[in-house]
Amino acid sequence: MNIGVVVFPGSNCDHDCVHILSDVLGQKAIEVWHKETSLSGVDAVILPGGFSYGDYLRTGAIARFSPVMAAIKQFSAEGGMVLGICNGFQILLEAGLLPGAMLRNTSLHFICKDVYVRVENAATPFTGRCEPWQVLKLPIAHADGNYYTDEVTLSQMKANAQVVFRYCTPEGKIMPEANPNGSLDNIAGIRNAAGNVLGMMPHPERCAEDVLGNDDGRLIFLSMLDALKKAVLQPKTVGV
Amino acid sequence: MVGGWGEKVKAKIHVTLKPGILDPQGKAIEQALATLGYSSASNVRMGKYLELDLNEKDKVKAEVEVKAMCEKLLANTIIEEYRYELV
Repeated sequence: MNIGVVVFPGSNCDHDCVHILSDVLGQKAIEVWHKETSLSGVDAVILPGGFSYGDYLRTGAIARFSPVMAAIKQFSAEGGMVLGICNGFQILLEAGLLPGAMLRNTSLHFICKDVYVRVENAATPFTGRCEPWQVLKLPIAHADGNYYTDEVTLSQMKANAQVVFRYCTPEGKIMPEANPNGSLDNIAGIRNAAGNVLGMMPHPERCAEDVLGNDDGRLIFLSMLDALKKAVLQPKTVGV
Repeated sequence: MVGGWGEKVKAKIHVTLKPGILDPQGKAIEQALATLGYSSASNVRMGKYLELDLNEKDKVKAEVEVKAMCEKLLANTIIEEYRYELV
């Protein structure tokens, strides 16, 4: 599969994503510079973590106007899979491809540590390899991961099973003590209503190989590859 | 004469978190003020201040433009509100 990894000025997890996709999973990773206006030849696209445009104004606020974002909007509107990790998630929020916004962590600290998240929806193209309610250990590294949305949107998201990951205890319990950043409802990752765009604050690319002592993150990439293979086998819907 | 017809327009824009949205920075500042003995200070809210010159002599047009800038980029209206003055 050809997976595009977008490189914004200030992205710093792009090489980790490329490494996992190509060296660990044997796929073709294509770096896509943010000035690109086309995503042709790409089966799925990842917006990696980092500090695009130095996080000036708000995280992701300026990156969302990069030329490549128009292509990503088009790609997602056509059903293409888009994964935003950390800063990538923040960019997807600012771009309106996912609902809500990020606030500063309640502690005001930049938090860099392993956390536990529970898979709330294992029936997405990004979590198909996970068991329902499976607990994953994944690292976070952010200052603005305090997810916020209004009550109406939250209830719609819950009704559509759009909350995909929630911070939990190692045993899988959702409680305030397991919430590292003050995020609404312990939300760590969400998908769009159509289901083809996922944003998550934890970094699966930082824990996707045995040598690192944790490969829980690999499940996310393997799920994506499963979904892509399945999509290739199925004829495209007429008229799309 | 400053700000009259025929002058360049300067926009002074304030962006703040909406009421009710937790402002961790404001809270930390409030605690620091209390530590300094300013215990009468409460409801500290921190925001951003932006200033820009517009190459637009017509204040009505300038206002339309500034409002669009705030909506599209300068504020995230999910969590923030903005106000501006043109001088």
